[in-house]
Amino acid sequence: MNKRLTFDRFLIQRLGISLITLMAVLTVIPIFGVFGYIIAKGAPAISWEFLSAMPREGMRAGGILPAIVGTLYLTAGTAIFSVPLGIAAAVYLSEYAKENWLTRLIRIAIINLAGIPSVVYGLFGLGLFVLFLKFGTSILSASLTLSIMTLPVIISAAEEALRAVPQAFRTVSVSLGGTRWQTIRKIVLPQALPGIITGVILGLERAAGETAPILFTGAAFFLPHLPGSPLDATMALPYHLFVISTQVPEMPIQIQYGTALVLIVFVLGMNLIATIIRSRARARRQW
Amino acid sequence: MDKSLDWQETIITAVIKTCGYSAVVFVILIFFFLLNEGIPALTEVRLGELLSTRWYPIENYFGLLPLITGSLLVTVGAMLVAIPFGIGTAVFLSEIAPRWMREILKPVVELLGGLPSVVLGFLGILVLSPYLRLLLNLPTGLTALAGALLLGGIAVPTTVSIAEDALDAVPLSYREGALAIGATKWQTIWRVTLPAARSGVLTAIMLGIGRTIGETMAVMMVTGNAPVMATKLTSIFAPVRTMTATIAAEMGEVANGSVHYHVLFLIGLVLFLISLAVNITASSVVFKSKKRAERVLS
Repeated sequence: MNKRLTFDRFLIQRLGISLITLMAVLTVIPIFGVFGYIIAKGAPAISWEFLSAMPREGMRAGGILPAIVGTLYLTAGTAIFSVPLGIAAAVYLSEYAKENWLTRLIRIAIINLAGIPSVVYGLFGLGLFVLFLKFGTSILSASLTLSIMTLPVIISAAEEALRAVPQAFRTVSVSLGGTRWQTIRKIVLPQALPGIITGVILGLERAAGETAPILFTGAAFFLPHLPGSPLDATMALPYHLFVISTQVPEMPIQIQYGTALVLIVFVLGMNLIATIIRSRARARRQW
Repeated sequence: MDKSLDWQETIITAVIKTCGYSAVVFVILIFFFLLNEGIPALTEVRLGELLSTRWYPIENYFGLLPLITGSLLVTVGAMLVAIPFGIGTAVFLSEIAPRWMREILKPVVELLGGLPSVVLGFLGILVLSPYLRLLLNLPTGLTALAGALLLGGIAVPTTVSIAEDALDAVPLSYREGALAIGATKWQTIWRVTLPAARSGVLTAIMLGIGRTIGETMAVMMVTGNAPVMATKLTSIFAPVRTMTATIAAEMGEVANGSVHYHVLFLIGLVLFLISLAVNITASSVVFKSKKRAERVLS
């Protein structure tokens, strides 16, 4: 009887572990597949003209320059608002806040901001920035909308980086007569900087790839010229990919894959930079 | 101490405090704007009509049920993909794979989480849905099933990442204890490690669901966007339309302040409240590496 029990147990173990391994394989292979497929299909479309020319013939020929420039503008615009605000909020949570109901409320708010569907941000941006504040459908409105969406990512990552700075650093600075702000500015922030930059880049990466929040706040279907001011609407890579893959009939397939490739290179490039900064900072860390 | 320094300190402290409260202010602002633009819909359209089964705004039919069932169908389908594969992969990475493999594969899985959803939607249109159409012999491949599969893929990175952290946080001594009294590795995983990581795994599932309900672009691109009631199980093979896709597809074309406009904001309000409920539940589950959960869930 005992023998049979043991046999069953190990049979079940073998089956179970095989099943789990199979699931992991079935999860990981499509991921490689997705990236490999876009790179293979998109690479032939990439040329200097594709990256640097305006679209022609109803976007069916020429390049995607306005979409690339638009995404750069939106990412920069998002950074202008969300980075100072996010870092200051993280400094507050890590250096000033006491553990009380207000701090708990702030944390709950951050978690909820992170979970709000992106299209709801779009509605909010439309209501507040486009209509109420009358910024119109513009880079400004879209950047502000994306900033609020990015904020929780930046706050969480920056706070984690600030908290990782050992308490002794602060104690020494204060004991030498430094004020609280001097301690933060000269000691804590510089030490936490690589971690903060990593978080900022990961937050902006999300903003660069989002479509739904800019649909009604700043995205333009097609522009014959580059946006000239923050109050102009703009084309953007993710929205452009959406447009050419669903709204424009007889779109050459190569341009679609090329646009997808440029978008993922843009987004994953940011991810790569963040990873490099993080691992280099870890290697150099003094504590 | 220097007087000007004192003064500077006061101002900076005030600025930092104000920024610290910003997250709360934004959540309240968002809620307020959704209420302000969405609540009028409740007076303009009768409640019975909102709960009817026909969504055809051009002729003033604002039945939300097809959109709600569409979202439900796609979300449930996505979770049927994301829960087994997400938890399975997390168990594999944490308990079975050698350390070096985990160090490579976990970032790869998280990379998928950083992929813009519009790119997945794009591949859904060009690759997944034609394939499904041929495989299942359907009139169109743009169905709830395509949406569920894609959304499952979108929820997997969130689920894997948080569940793996939770499993990793289970003390080694639990596993050693189980193995020492003669349990097999599988029994240890199934009866000791997974139950010990239960709350973290639940958080992972909750946040996966949160991502799925809120996902917009990929779903809009592959589900065919037909606002039809999903009543039968076979509805999974038919086109549907979700709440998020409805907002994204129609908001650009409505007149500001019209009934249709207000109803779309009402849908946004419902989505906001759902995400609030999901996130508050998920964050109230006690979980050791909460910090990381916050980061990933964004």
